[in-house]
Amino acid sequence: MSATTVNERLAGQWRFAPVHSAAEFSVKYVVAKFRGRFGDLDASLEDGVLTGSAKVASVSVKDPNLYPHLQSPDFFDAEQYPEIKFHSTNITIQGDHVELDGELELKGNTRPVHASGTVEGPVEDAGGNTRLGFTLESKIDRTEFGINWNAPLPKGGPSLSNEVVLTVELEFHKVS
Amino acid sequence: MHILAISGSLRQGSHNTALLRAAANLLPPGVTVTFYDHLEEIPAFNEDRVAERPEAVDRLWDAIAEADGVLVSTPEYNSSIPGLLKNALDWLSRPLIDSPLRNKPVAVIGASTSMFGAVWAQAETRKVMGAIGARVLDRELPVPSAEEQFDEAGNLVEKEIQEELGSIVHALVQAIEARAETLARG
Repeated sequence: MSATTVNERLAGQWRFAPVHSAAEFSVKYVVAKFRGRFGDLDASLEDGVLTGSAKVASVSVKDPNLYPHLQSPDFFDAEQYPEIKFHSTNITIQGDHVELDGELELKGNTRPVHASGTVEGPVEDAGGNTRLGFTLESKIDRTEFGINWNAPLPKGGPSLSNEVVLTVELEFHKVS
Repeated sequence: MHILAISGSLRQGSHNTALLRAAANLLPPGVTVTFYDHLEEIPAFNEDRVAERPEAVDRLWDAIAEADGVLVSTPEYNSSIPGLLKNALDWLSRPLIDSPLRNKPVAVIGASTSMFGAVWAQAETRKVMGAIGARVLDRELPVPSAEEQFDEAGNLVEKEIQEELGSIVHALVQAIEARAETLARG
């Protein structure tokens, strides 16, 4: 199956389905992964170009005192940079496998990023809607986006990894 | 524009209080400064009392909330932040989500009679205020041998230190202006 043929799966205009979508990050803290999830998402898919955004204030984490620290200038600086934005520059599909290039804007810094994952659909549901789903994962270096906070461990070395794994699940419904 | 100046030293002849006065003299016209000098009245932090903060804590809380920015000058005791200053910051951090320091532009300077100029106390004060959520400038002003740094009128005698202090207070004013623009954009 050629890339050109498969890309036709993305053609046209698609409406974002936030209830069936998620955007999360995970980052190693000392020994285990620490995770957060953005609740307020938006996205669009139009003629094969994927765009998305997440409101920084909508991040949820398990520690109530961590939330304000994540919002602060030490991390996302939500007051100055309330949104994280993304748009694709190239999407290649082979079978159900997706390779995606794009630009991520985070804390006022825009950097190229690459993501891999899968695409499912288009599939027609019981209500006659045509659905398309993506599961994507990208690894970024948070320091490239100006998120530099760290704390040294007592015997040396950083407590928080610079590498952050972004996981995104997106569902779209065909408009036209 | 209004700045709250907090000295981490209670001593009457405090070099850090003198440094704050020298800093105030370098601020541009139109910027007012209040010198907070009630640190000694802040009781020991007790999480049981967070729901009904002591009055002295409330007054500091409100003074920070009303200020556009905060300038802290800290001495260094045993390679770290003076206990009384850290104690006040602990009060200001609970509940963290409501802290008046969140997003507040802050600069930290410091003086000590040692040759290192309270450089570690400044670093730790920046770390603590960053953890509370303040917009902390990534600048420092270690003023060493503090007993030799001021003339009888309280002016800094070394031109380089005076210039660096002027640069830091200017950066604080710029950070306050930048935040005001961000808030005006909504």
